[in-house]
Amino acid sequence: MIEIENVRKSFGPLEVLKGIDLTVAKGEVLTVIGGSGSGKSTLLTCINGLEPIDSGRILVDGTEVHARGTDLNKLRRRIGIVFQQFNAFPHLTVLENVMLAQRKVLGRPKTEAEAEAVRQLNHVGLGDKLKVYPGRLSGGQQQRMAIARALAMSPDYMLFDEVTSALDPQLVGEVLDTLRLLASEGMTMICVTHEMKFAREVSDRVAFFHQGIMAEIAPPAQLFGAPESAELRKFLAATA
Amino acid sequence: MFNYNFRWAQALNSLPRMLEGALVTLEVAILSMVIGISIAVILTLFRLSGSRLLSAIASTWVEIARNTPALFQIYMVHFGLGGFGIHLSPYLSLLIGIAFNNAGYLAENFRGALKGIPETQTRAARSLGMTPVQAFRYVVMPQMLRISFLPMTNQMVWAILMTSLGTVVAMNTDLYGVTSDLNARTFRTFELFAIAAVIFYLITKTVTLSARLLAARLFRY
Repeated sequence: MIEIENVRKSFGPLEVLKGIDLTVAKGEVLTVIGGSGSGKSTLLTCINGLEPIDSGRILVDGTEVHARGTDLNKLRRRIGIVFQQFNAFPHLTVLENVMLAQRKVLGRPKTEAEAEAVRQLNHVGLGDKLKVYPGRLSGGQQQRMAIARALAMSPDYMLFDEVTSALDPQLVGEVLDTLRLLASEGMTMICVTHEMKFAREVSDRVAFFHQGIMAEIAPPAQLFGAPESAELRKFLAATA
Repeated sequence: MFNYNFRWAQALNSLPRMLEGALVTLEVAILSMVIGISIAVILTLFRLSGSRLLSAIASTWVEIARNTPALFQIYMVHFGLGGFGIHLSPYLSLLIGIAFNNAGYLAENFRGALKGIPETQTRAARSLGMTPVQAFRYVVMPQMLRISFLPMTNQMVWAILMTSLGTVVAMNTDLYGVTSDLNARTFRTFELFAIAAVIFYLITKTVTLSARLLAARLFRY
């Protein structure tokens, strides 16, 4: 379970998170929508401790992320994150990309790491690209590789930060299909996204962020069907 | 001016000794590169460490290495340290002097290379649970070395040519030293140094060409 309690965060004079309260249960798929600068991506990088917070706290299975004694490297093994930029390691083959952290962080033996990498790459449909360098892959394939790389660490949670925003439109579908697959398998996921149709289909709940505040949170039918706030109605009208 | 008698046969008799000297030159150059690259990586880490003291040490090293003559650097290792009672052989003085110079230039190359590697690479590595050192070691450094490969080859060529500066510390087993000794005995100055020049040229060309072949093999991405 991820518990976010009254989290505040500023970049200089700009307060990007103005007291966020949110709980994500095991197995839940939460999507976060909102305009750019609404703080939704920042929240994800705070959850895995890549960004410090100013006040409040975030608990992952009871471990406080920003507490002094927390071993963030250990915590991050349980929380996979995939970014908008694909961040493939260009000097390693697809297979090596997915094996590296398994070997160095989890200390898995080579054969085991390789078997897991092959399994995850098959899972995301890249089973035929094992020996290829990422430079030869399309954006969609690189992003699916990044997802496999995160999944190979056997995380309990997956965070997706606008993973389709840097893709050509015709490549968005294959990545969303991968996310749908994960959701159907019961993975706990938080997806920051601009894909409204996707949010409507896969989410258990959808949260709408507006200027650093979580303005609304509800099951998709309710949030899209009967938006309460004027901001959300405006946002939905603009993205429809 | 035009009645100098070339005596190539006599000079060519010295070829075996000069080739031995060439081997010493190559050995010093290779060792100086291995040491230079290792130190340059450490200096790069110093600069990334965020510690003021470590950054200052790294910057001082780079500034001195790049802005003073290599000849002066080698001279200081031999006679400068000699003044403090640290007496190094000509071979070691030359090796350390060139390694010092290499480290400075390479650290600067590495700094430039790092600018070409997006910060998001480290971020991705860290988010997979890697420590900062692991992220550098497995993700950033291999890319840094790849980007710096050509400058490293250039530095290697420089290191080979710099061995001739060993003359200021009475080094006489390298190619330049051997040639110089032979010249003092036979006065076949033009022939001997022409042969030495050809050997230098062949070594550096071989190094550049093999580096290119190596790069093609190593960097397939």
